[in-house]
Amino acid sequence: MEIGFVLEKFILVAVIFGISLVIAMYSTYAERKVAAFLQDRLGPDRAGPFGILQPLADGLKMFMKEEIIPTTSSKWLFIAGPGLALLCACIGTAVIPWGSPMKIGDRIIPLQVSDINVGVLYIFGVVSLGVYGVMIGGWASNNKYSLLSAIRAASQNISYEIAMGLSIIALLLMTNTLSLKEIVDQQHGWRWNILYQPLGFLIFIICSFAETNRAPFDLPECETELIGGYHTEYSSMKLGFYLFAEYINMFVSSAVMATLYFGGYNYPGMDSMAIWLGPTWAPLFGTAILFAKIFFFIFLFMWVRWTIPRFRYDQLMNLGWKGLIPLAIANIIITGVVIAIIEKF
Amino acid sequence: MESLSNKKKVLEQKPLTFLERMYLPAIASGMAITFSHLFKKPATIRYPEVEREFSTNFRGMHSLKRDENGKERCTACGLCALSCPAEAITMIAAERKPEEKDLYREEKYAATYEINMLRCIFCGLCEEACPKEAIYLDGPIVPADYLRKDFIYGKDKLVEAPLEMKK
Repeated sequence: MEIGFVLEKFILVAVIFGISLVIAMYSTYAERKVAAFLQDRLGPDRAGPFGILQPLADGLKMFMKEEIIPTTSSKWLFIAGPGLALLCACIGTAVIPWGSPMKIGDRIIPLQVSDINVGVLYIFGVVSLGVYGVMIGGWASNNKYSLLSAIRAASQNISYEIAMGLSIIALLLMTNTLSLKEIVDQQHGWRWNILYQPLGFLIFIICSFAETNRAPFDLPECETELIGGYHTEYSSMKLGFYLFAEYINMFVSSAVMATLYFGGYNYPGMDSMAIWLGPTWAPLFGTAILFAKIFFFIFLFMWVRWTIPRFRYDQLMNLGWKGLIPLAIANIIITGVVIAIIEKF
Repeated sequence: MESLSNKKKVLEQKPLTFLERMYLPAIASGMAITFSHLFKKPATIRYPEVEREFSTNFRGMHSLKRDENGKERCTACGLCALSCPAEAITMIAAERKPEEKDLYREEKYAATYEINMLRCIFCGLCEEACPKEAIYLDGPIVPADYLRKDFIYGKDKLVEAPLEMKK
C-alpha cells in the first residue's frame, strides 16, 4: 500500500467525519430556527449574529453539566450505550460516494472512503446496529421506564427495518448492483431512480423517519408517557451523544436517500459543466450539489416534524406491518414483472 | 325533541374514503400550510431591546398624585382601602401642622401609606373610589424583588416627585 493512498484516505475520512459532526451540530441550530420560522417566531438569536454560536454554547453547557451515573446501573454498559449509538451513526458515511473521482495532477482520487460492492448492505447493517445503542442504554439504566422505552424503540426500529429492506429490493432489481457508487453512476443524466421507483421511495422515506426516531415516529422519546424515554437516566454529554447520534443519523439517511433515489452528485448539465470546470473542480461542484440535496432532506425532516403529530404506538405498528410491508412486497412484484416484460421484448 | 336554540347540528360519521385513508393528500396540504408560515412575519418582540406598548387603559403601579401647587392630594379618608377587595392598602392618618401647609392640601393627610404589591390585584377600584383624584394606577409594571417585605410600597415609592423636581 503506497503512502499516497493512505494519506488520501486519511484526509477523506477526517474531512467527512468533521463535516458530519459540524452538520449534526448545526442541525440542532437549524432545527430550532426552522421550528421557530414555521411557528412565526424568531428562534435563538442571542449567541453571535443570528445566534450562530448557539450550538457551541449548547455543547459547552452539555460538557459542563454534572455527570450522574445511577448506582444500580451496570456502569460499563451505561457508558457504552451512547458511545455505541454515536459510533454506529458515524461509520455509515464510509460507503457514500460524495462525488465523481477527482483529478489532482496525475492522481485520480475517488471521493468515497471505500467503494465496497455491498455498500447498500453495509448501510443497512450499520443502521440496524444503531438499535444496540438505544437498547443497551435503556437496559443499563436499570430503570423500568427506560427499559420499556428501549424495548419500544427496538421493536419500532426492527419493524421498519423490514419494510425498508423490502422497499430497497425493488431498486436493487432495477440497478442490479449493491455498490452505491454504481447506483449513482447509473442515474447519470436525469435517470434518477425516484422517477422509476416513486412508491419505493415513499416507503423508504417513511421508514427512514422511523429509523432515525424522528417525528412523527419519535416514540423512543416520549416525555409524557415514559418520562424521557430510553435516555431518562442520562445526563450531561452522554445524553448529548444520544441526541447528537440522532442528528448524524438524520444526515446519513438524507445522504442515502439522495444517493439512492435522487441521483447523488448527478445534476442536469453535468457533462458540459465538467468540461468547463475541469477535472479537479467539477467533482467538487457535484459534491456541493449532493450536499444541497442532503440539506433539502434535512429540512424535510424538520418540516415534517413540525407538521405531523406523533403516532400512537398501535398505529405505528399497524402502518409498519400491515401498510408498508405489503406495499413494499407489491412494489417488488410489480417491478419484477415489468423488468421481466422489458427483457422479454 | 325540538331544540331550543335551533343551532343543533347533526353530525354523521362517514367512513373515510380510500383517498382519505391514505392520509397523503392531507399530509401534503398540512405541509403546505406549515411551509407558508416560513414567509410570515414573526410575532416575536425582542424584549429587552424592544418593549411592547401598553394599551391606554393598562393598570400598572400606583402613584399618589400632587395638585397643581405641588401639595399631596391624599387626605387619608380610607376609601381606597375600604374599596380594595384584596385589602392591600393600609394607611395611618395624621393632622397637618401649620408649617406643613405647603406639603398637604387639606388638614388631614396620610402619614404612612402602604400598598402590598403581592396582594394587589390591580383591579383599579381604589382609583375609582378616591374622591380626591389622588391615586392612579398609571405606573409601569411592578418590578421583581427577592424579599416579601420589599413588595410593601411606602410613600417613598408611591408619591409623585415634587413639582420642581419634575421640571
